[in-house]
Amino acid sequence: MLELNGIAKRFGGVQALAGIDYAVSAGRVHSVIGPNGAGKTTLFNVITGVYRPSEGTVKLHGEVVSGRSPDQLARRGVARTFQNLQVCHHMNALENVMVGAHLRLSQRLLPALFHFPGLRRADGTCRDEAMELMRFVGVHEYALRLAEALPYGVLKRLEIARALALKPKLLFLDEPAAGLNPTEKGAMRELIRDIAASGVTVVLVEHDMKLVMGVSDHVLVLDYGRKLAEGTAEEVRANPAVVAAYLGAGATGATLQ
Amino acid sequence: MTSRWKALLALAALLVVLPWLLPNTYVLDVVNRIGINAIAVIGLNLVMGYAGQVSLGHAGFFGLGAYTSAILTARYGWPPLVAMGAGMVGTGLLAFAVARPILRLRGHYLAMATLGLGIIVSIVITNESAWTGGPDGMPVDALNVAGWAPTGEFQWYWIIAACLWLAAWFAGNLVDSPVGRALRALHGSEAAAQSVGVDVARYKARVFTISAVFASFAGSLFAHYVGFITPQVASFLHSIELVTMVVVGGMASVHGSVFGAALLTALPQLLAEFEGWEMVVFGALLILVMVLLPRGLVPTILRRLRHA
Repeated sequence: MLELNGIAKRFGGVQALAGIDYAVSAGRVHSVIGPNGAGKTTLFNVITGVYRPSEGTVKLHGEVVSGRSPDQLARRGVARTFQNLQVCHHMNALENVMVGAHLRLSQRLLPALFHFPGLRRADGTCRDEAMELMRFVGVHEYALRLAEALPYGVLKRLEIARALALKPKLLFLDEPAAGLNPTEKGAMRELIRDIAASGVTVVLVEHDMKLVMGVSDHVLVLDYGRKLAEGTAEEVRANPAVVAAYLGAGATGATLQ
Repeated sequence: MTSRWKALLALAALLVVLPWLLPNTYVLDVVNRIGINAIAVIGLNLVMGYAGQVSLGHAGFFGLGAYTSAILTARYGWPPLVAMGAGMVGTGLLAFAVARPILRLRGHYLAMATLGLGIIVSIVITNESAWTGGPDGMPVDALNVAGWAPTGEFQWYWIIAACLWLAAWFAGNLVDSPVGRALRALHGSEAAAQSVGVDVARYKARVFTISAVFASFAGSLFAHYVGFITPQVASFLHSIELVTMVVVGGMASVHGSVFGAALLTALPQLLAEFEGWEMVVFGALLILVMVLLPRGLVPTILRRLRHA
């Protein structure tokens, strides 16, 4: 469903990505891994429209979408979370999730100014759906608390609920397990599996190898902005070049855990 | 009943009772000016408090409304309500046209750009004296609604009170709608808002336009109420006053806007006995409010009450 051809991204003289070919097929869990600075988040930002690629094209369902803005990609069913949390702190948790349903609600001004009954009904439905999503990700008890008062682990899940409120076809999770304790990481793995089982194609950037190896059907390895390897978790784990990049060139024979 | 409707009913009750408690027409006149300012401040708060964008040029929109009403009624004989509507449409169109390029800027740069816009309007009004009477100002025809013309502060009070309540209702509705949620979201995080499909530039332009229309309406009302306007209404100082009313009353609080307008309109009158030192006392009070109650008066008080 998503296809990258020859993607390159330069920031001034820094080559963040070079010649990346990559395909995401529907209904699977894909991971992008690589050492710090390998270009994982840059790749996400190129795909989700935050950056325009310096070279190459991104195709979604056959349509070239590189150069489109994030909101235009959202309209095409692409949702994401952020490595550095992007939560609206002065809104409560439920409202944060409801924002995710933005595109499915009337955006016209007159109904908003006069609070037409139709709009109120639609908003009520949206509220119920958002509550349901909060239950799905397991943070519904915090629904009416201001986001600024919520713990980090809850906010990470809240971002996922907001992204799901978009009813996306493709969901990008940028380091969903970063900063979580081992129990929370286990729960996050279950959540990602549940999301994939519900029919959403998931792509994640992650450092936690246990999580990556546990959920991924396909793994892409980046190093210094280039594709180092790709394949199933098993294939990637056994690839000497990947092991060398992660553990150092002398570590032949070791395997990634 | 939602807390928003409780607050709206409280405002309605206050507006109904208030005029009977006032000692004389001088105080009533101050209250009327408060109401007019409050309408503009409610609009400005949509931009500043909810969408998180600063505007230092809102008196320009206030002035456009005031002068459109004055010129179209006095020089062209338009009915006041039609002129008022024309002012709102014209101001809205201007705001919408400049919003896209201006609101691409952030922080200090946005402040400078809106400041420039306000100053341009104020200079045009001052210089086009054939139309506007220049620095000396111009008289404005009386408001006339289908043959009925309000006379005296008391009749005007009811008109202004009704308009103020409607402005609060509209603003509250907007904030509490999907559009308002998108605005508050882009204030919290533009990246997050965009990632769920909010066209950030379009939304900023929309809220800027709406708030300009609020200011234009308030300006028209002011022109008819006072009966004489000068370029002062569009001045930089007036823009700053409006911003201060938003901040002191409380960002992202419709009722804070009313309170801020009340305090900052009434205080200079109350401080008159300090003879020449009133602006010093006024400034000191503002500094104290900002140091002690940085969220603004109404949000801080509501917070205290909730946690008490």
